[in-house]
Order: sequence, then structure tokens, then C-alpha cells
Amino acid sequence: MINRFNKYKYSSPATFYGFAGRLIPWFYGAAALFCMAGLYIGLFLAPTDFQQSEAYRIIFIHVPASWMSMFIYVVMAFWAALGLAFNTRMSFMMASALAPTGAMLTFVALWTGALWGKPTWGAWWVWDARLTSELILFFLYLGFMALQAAIDDPRRADRAGALIALVGVVNVPIIYFSVRWWNTLHQGASVSMTKSPSMASIMLLGMLVMALAAWMYTIAAALSRARCIILERERNSQWVAQMLEAEA
Amino acid sequence: MNWNSWSEFFHMGGYAFYVWGSFAVTAILVAGEILLLRSRWQKALELALNTVKYGKVNNDENET
Repeated sequence: MINRFNKYKYSSPATFYGFAGRLIPWFYGAAALFCMAGLYIGLFLAPTDFQQSEAYRIIFIHVPASWMSMFIYVVMAFWAALGLAFNTRMSFMMASALAPTGAMLTFVALWTGALWGKPTWGAWWVWDARLTSELILFFLYLGFMALQAAIDDPRRADRAGALIALVGVVNVPIIYFSVRWWNTLHQGASVSMTKSPSMASIMLLGMLVMALAAWMYTIAAALSRARCIILERERNSQWVAQMLEAEA
Repeated sequence: MNWNSWSEFFHMGGYAFYVWGSFAVTAILVAGEILLLRSRWQKALELALNTVKYGKVNNDENET
């Protein structure tokens, strides 16, 4: 089955490079549009919360950033696993391209969480299961990036990084289910498949549109970074020379 | 519309520091990442152009 699909075509950095270059502007554009729509819904249309007044509006940043922080890690681990299994250069490059954006969004989740915790719980930070496991996620991202930066040989750096990505992925379900497994200060899931939404539908809509914006932004940033990594690593290869000469 | 005036909007019911602190830091980080990506891109391109011009170019392209 797998042989019929020409994996070499799409996993070749040369093909990916051109393909990603054409997609990036569209993803940045979609991110900007969703972000403007989401902010308009979140800041102007969504009503004041009866319990938290206006402080709840942090949700429009906090929840999308937290979702993406976990999701990006899973995607990173997926690429790392694929790289280890099939030894494809492009898979490792995708894993490296995702990490800084994942780390940034994890920081945003922690930062906005602190700014939300202070007015609602009275504390910037508590060592509760949800917050602690999210902090560990942040350190996993930083560890992945630091390890890759510390090893000169890109092949060894890729393998070492992939190992961290794979081992660390067990932390993601811990974050997600932490609010159920432990008694925590953090509120439960905002959106669940089994229950009807616990918030006003316009608030939910704003949150989902902001989540789409975060998705589009992440794809655009990761593809841009992957193109940088390709160019840095493959600058000695024939296809880069041909491409640059054709463009010049 | 929930707001009667812009000043009420910016006041955020007394939570301005927390709400705008969240939105502003996120905006700064996203803008910062885009700028860093752009400068990394320019450096990578310059490096590749110099390699093509002066450095060695080998033909072992096809190991995936």
C-alpha cells in the first residue's frame, strides 16, 4: 500500500520548499482574518460574564493558546516518530520547525493564565496539576530546542531531539486530563464532546475563531521556519544552487 | 455592543491590566516571532547565495 504512494516526492526538501513557499502567504492571510474576526466577536459582541465581569475575556487568548501548545507537541512527536522510523530528513526538519512556535504559545498560555488567575483566584500561580504539567510542557519545548542547538551534527541533533519529543508526549494527556484526575483549582474543559457547551454560544464562537487563527498562524510560522532550516542545511546541494540561479 | 464609550472599553470593568496585559504580550510575542523568522530567512538566503557563489556544491542530492 505505502509503496504506491510516492513518499519520496513529498518528503523531498526540494519539493516541500517550493510547495510551502506558495502556501505560506495564504496561511498568514487566513490567520490575520480569523484573528480580526475573533477579536471583534470576543471584545465587542460577546457579553459581560455574570461571574467574572470583563476578566473572562482573557479566555479568547488563553484557551486557543493552551490547545495549540498541546497539539503542536503531539504533531512534533508525530514528525519525530516518522523521522526515526523512515529516516526522512524532512520529518525531522518539521519537528524542529514546530518547537519554537509551540514554546511561544505555551508561554502565552502560562502568562495569560497567571493574569487570569490573579483576579479570579487571587494568585498568579499555584502548584496545581494543570499548571504544573503545562509548565513541564514549556520546559520540554525548551529542552528539545536546547538539545538540538547543542549538538553540531544535524543528524545526531535530530535523533536526540526526536527522543525528547517522543518521551515528552506522555505529558500531553496528563495536561489534558489533569482537571479530571486531580482536584485542581483550574476549571474543567471549556469544550467537551459529550456535554453541551457550558458557555454562551457567542463566547464559544469567539473562542473557536481565535483557535482557527492560532492554527493558521502556527502552520504559517512552522512552514516559514522549515524553509529556513532547509536552506541552512541543504545549501550545499545541487537543487538549491539551481533554484537560486534560476531566481537570480 | 457592550460598550457605551471607548474609555469604558479600555477600562474593561476594572480588569484592564489583566485583559490588556494578556492581549498585548501575546501580540508582542507573535510579532516578535514573525520578525525573528524574517531575519533568519534573510540570513539563510544570504548564506545559501554565498555558498552557491564561493563554496562547494556537491551532487549527492538524492538521499532522502
